[in-house]
Amino acid sequence: MKHTSAWKEALLPGALLAAILVIALPLLNATGYVSDYYLNLFGKYLSLAVLAMGMSLIWGFSGILSLGQAIFFGIGAYCVGMYLMLESSGKGVYGEAIPDFMVWNQVTELPLYWKPFHSLPFAFIAALLVPVVVAVIIGFLTFRRRVGGTYFAILTQAMAFAAWLMFNRNEMNLGGTNGLTDFKTLLGYSLSEPSTQRGLYLCTAFLLVVSFFICRWLVGSKMGLVLTAVRDQEQRLRFLGYPVASYKIFIFAVAAALGGLAGALYVPQVGIITPSQIGVLPSLEIVVWVATGGRNSLIGAIIGAVGINAARSVLTASFPEWWPVILGGLFVAVVLFFPDGVVGIPGQCRRGVRRLRARLAGAPTRRPEPMPRPSEQPAPTVSRSDG
Amino acid sequence: MEERGTIMYVEDITVTFDGFQALKEVDFYVDHGELRALIGPNGAGKTTLLDVICGRARPDTGRVIFGQRTDLSKLEEHEITMLGIGRKFQTPTVFRNLTLIDNLTLALRYRRDVMATLFGVLNRSHTDKIYSTLQTLGLEQKAQNQAGALSHGEMQWLEIGMVMVQEPALFLLDEPVAGMTREEREKTGEILLDLAREHAVLVVEHDMEFVRQTAHRVTVLHEGRILCEGSVAHVQRDPRVVEVYLGRG
Repeated sequence: MKHTSAWKEALLPGALLAAILVIALPLLNATGYVSDYYLNLFGKYLSLAVLAMGMSLIWGFSGILSLGQAIFFGIGAYCVGMYLMLESSGKGVYGEAIPDFMVWNQVTELPLYWKPFHSLPFAFIAALLVPVVVAVIIGFLTFRRRVGGTYFAILTQAMAFAAWLMFNRNEMNLGGTNGLTDFKTLLGYSLSEPSTQRGLYLCTAFLLVVSFFICRWLVGSKMGLVLTAVRDQEQRLRFLGYPVASYKIFIFAVAAALGGLAGALYVPQVGIITPSQIGVLPSLEIVVWVATGGRNSLIGAIIGAVGINAARSVLTASFPEWWPVILGGLFVAVVLFFPDGVVGIPGQCRRGVRRLRARLAGAPTRRPEPMPRPSEQPAPTVSRSDG
Repeated sequence: MEERGTIMYVEDITVTFDGFQALKEVDFYVDHGELRALIGPNGAGKTTLLDVICGRARPDTGRVIFGQRTDLSKLEEHEITMLGIGRKFQTPTVFRNLTLIDNLTLALRYRRDVMATLFGVLNRSHTDKIYSTLQTLGLEQKAQNQAGALSHGEMQWLEIGMVMVQEPALFLLDEPVAGMTREEREKTGEILLDLAREHAVLVVEHDMEFVRQTAHRVTVLHEGRILCEGSVAHVQRDPRVVEVYLGRG
């Protein structure tokens, strides 16, 4: 029934995504229409789009507003950053086998937990798994106790703040406020080479498409039904026998893994990760991307993440002090006028035209639908207890 | 399902909400294959009794035994449901943004863990079950409609259908005919009598005509206590019942 058609529906947008990102853009780059600089910039946006898809899964599809998604992004980024640091050690000004910032901090020996990060596969797997473990622990402590809605949002925001404080501490041996930077090579390839960056772009675009298909499969299968039910009518679902907390933990962990993947792809392309990308503000920005693109749509999340970050690159170059105002204004405008985000605008126009036609035809103006559409319900208040 | 005897023992249950005793030392038994109606004035504790059985409200004292030995008071709601207790709520509670088929798919008797939801495949007998249930309810034309677009009565049926496809041993139905027309009530009555052939059905209902039409036995609750119990005729003759409930019309 539902399951086969879900695949067919995913095929067209997925193929389109792959055609544009994995084939067309690199071709344009190879023929000189898109510069290496822009390709690299676009690769950065695509890594953030992976993060946004996770947010869309947990917030748009499941109605759980997490204000701490940047924690997972940060963990993923730091994992791969640690690997890159170790690859670059010995090549810096001090010529030591440990990262330069440790030399400044009078650390002479590599801390034990840094050692496995000599291996890229380990770093990459850790970038996915550590966020999952953190998410499962947070989820276990909150969802099992029925902490939801606004309380969950506040709690995750506090955690984002705590994570920011933690990563800022020099005692963590993670570079403190300066974070991890000055990377030189990845698997021996110089990161300053355009060819390396092209390869990283291709990896990012490919993994974005793979993530997209996995997410589509999730929301198109019976899991998607359960997640909608979690969002709209949690109590009913519980009395159908579903262990609601397990499902929330599961989807929170999936979103966390996507966040970790995003961070892992982001760091080698951007060349720096600092605590300022982990805290409260970056977490809130993810919400704005996803709301703007359309939180009930994976494509919407991608459009939101790429669009807003591209706008940021352009606008912060000309008027940096106005960026927070623009971002805030955009969010307010979206909430007020485009509850379904950019991808919802065509549907909104169609409904508007239909209503206008009905009015012109002299038909009695009916209220459109008595039933609230999911996007019109305020997201954090989904855990209704009536029934 | 040729079992006979008691399917559920509710013993010495007291429930307090903010100092108000909703149920006071209630003893209550339901047999296999019976259709029991629970009646009483507003605030008598009918819904609370259903809530205690399905785990939505926790009793201060007493215990609920399901089957022969399972104590429900220590289990979570979803565990109780999986033992075979299905609940229909007072206000129809369905997934309004999903189609009727999707609503029933979610309710269908199947493993409920995350892995089964991800990788489980519905076979022919599952889809047949969904369609035959839609047919029984007369909703097959609307199978692909969103549940939110149904009329109030149809939504009630859908929720009853969702409990049916769970295949519980005990149905808990809170006001299943509220807001229905006369014909709809009659049809619902037939569906419930049909269910009661193989399952135990516990119905909270205000509509006395409906109770007369369907119930094998009636339990009257009043101010958190059981006032009397027996056949419809027996209950209607009881002067106490007439005084607290029927007398007021």
